[in-house]
Amino acid sequence: MHPAKSVIFFTTTTGAGYGLLFWLAVLAYRGLVGPDFMFGLIAFGIAFALVVAGLLSSTLHLGHPERAWRALSQWRSSWLSREGLLAVLTFIPTGLFALAWVFLGSVSGPIIWLGLLGAVMSLATVYTTSMIYGSLKSIPAWSIGWTSPGYLVLSLMSGAVLACMLVVLGGYWQAAGWLMLPTLFFLAFGLVIKLSYWSNIDRPNEHTAETATGLGEFGKVRMIESPHDQPNYLLKEMGFAIARKHSKKLRRIAVICAFILPFALVVGGWLIPEMAQYFLPVAALVCGLGLVVERWLFFAEAKHVVTLYYDR
Amino acid sequence: MTSLPKKPSTKKLGLVIDLDICVGCHACAVNCKEWNTSGKMAPLTDLEPYGAKPDGVWFNRIHTFEAISDAGISRTVHFPKSCLHCDDAPCVTVCPTGASYKREDDGIVLVNTDICIGCKLCSWACPYGAREYDEDEGVMKKCTLCVDKIYNENLPVESRVPACVSTCPTGARSFGDLGDPKSEVSKLVAAREGYALMPEQGTNPVNRYLPPRPKQVGGGEANAPRMLAHQDDSDDGAGLLASWVDKVLSS
Repeated sequence: MHPAKSVIFFTTTTGAGYGLLFWLAVLAYRGLVGPDFMFGLIAFGIAFALVVAGLLSSTLHLGHPERAWRALSQWRSSWLSREGLLAVLTFIPTGLFALAWVFLGSVSGPIIWLGLLGAVMSLATVYTTSMIYGSLKSIPAWSIGWTSPGYLVLSLMSGAVLACMLVVLGGYWQAAGWLMLPTLFFLAFGLVIKLSYWSNIDRPNEHTAETATGLGEFGKVRMIESPHDQPNYLLKEMGFAIARKHSKKLRRIAVICAFILPFALVVGGWLIPEMAQYFLPVAALVCGLGLVVERWLFFAEAKHVVTLYYDR
Repeated sequence: MTSLPKKPSTKKLGLVIDLDICVGCHACAVNCKEWNTSGKMAPLTDLEPYGAKPDGVWFNRIHTFEAISDAGISRTVHFPKSCLHCDDAPCVTVCPTGASYKREDDGIVLVNTDICIGCKLCSWACPYGAREYDEDEGVMKKCTLCVDKIYNENLPVESRVPACVSTCPTGARSFGDLGDPKSEVSKLVAAREGYALMPEQGTNPVNRYLPPRPKQVGGGEANAPRMLAHQDDSDDGAGLLASWVDKVLSS
């Protein structure tokens, strides 16, 4: 599939933003971070900036962005519609929780339940995003079942790295000490999920040129004449082949940047607390870069079955 | 509403494409383009039509495949591909706006380009590549089964078939109600063991393809000789008159 920049940006930033909203609610619930004005302003500012920028960018690739509101109507059948609707609804509990935290200086009583509801809805929104892709049978790499676990775990992972960085920079050492363990867990878990995803999509699937054309009974099928000699919309959108050429190298970059380096840096911050304020921002940065490469591969490596009609 | 009709129609209009007699002339694609560029889905935008990299919206694409058996017997099969108007059309259910829909009364899958946001997800969901994005208009376009032709009372009855069907010079395309087992097209499918494309995708297409008939291998008396007997028809060096005489006498 063609890796559109707007969609790569959309899925990585909303994933990180919703992950961060999740961990902020959990930290408040555990009583590890107080309703500190500056910390709240910066942390929620970053989280909402990531979510809003991502959602806006997802409308950029539309042919008619001014009609985007119509996408909220078909939640009965469409995962894209469900995602849009849930993204809008999630702003209510998360927004109220953030306002209470920052301006009322309170995260206790019913407010914490609002926060936890927002945390659950944030993850649900990430799940609906993953299902936009995971529900497409025409793209076997996405529909074999590893898409949703990947999106959820990577969202929790990138959110945790960001939250870790924020509590370290905010001087919440107790919170940092508590959060580093789940952060390391999700960095390791993310790597396992991603490696499983890759090993699964590398296996041959049931779709071949023979099943696509129904000509298998006559033998091995190959295209001898294309319907057109210049690439058409289908080939430009679905026939992206560059990634497969470099996939090994890019996967290595993604593994090192998204998982291994952040893991090492978080461990470093844990072992040498006085260096944590330097290690964690670097961890967040390389993790973000690694996830962009990972997401680029997610799109670029996914092969649409229509390419079977084109011998690609 | 992009949910599929709750009560699927009994009428299922669609095409039956005979791979045995298609000669790959692309006339269906050309006439489709001609009709539809001023029809319901109009225009079928072309980008750089006379430039180095022409591109544009087409509802019909004709591939040519070769199938080679283990014994080395090869077949060339021309393979027209257009929307299959699936019963369980994934392009319809993924649509977030309700622009993509399947008609209850005849099963035709259409796009309402007035509310399409151009998110392209339907083209991702279609395993057959039946939907093409119009870069110029920012909306998705697709085969309408010539909905503006097949019901058009201003046309003579015999013309009320999709453009690809009426133009096919070999009669490789048939149009009719595949939901009615007694229709001509259904009988044709039954007689020739017509099949659906990519059944494993679970889309339940309406259109059917008729497989090429078995190749006749080996020779019998009825088969044509391998090579025509050599005829001496060289008229090298003959003058005008002699050539004319030769032509008259040979005919």
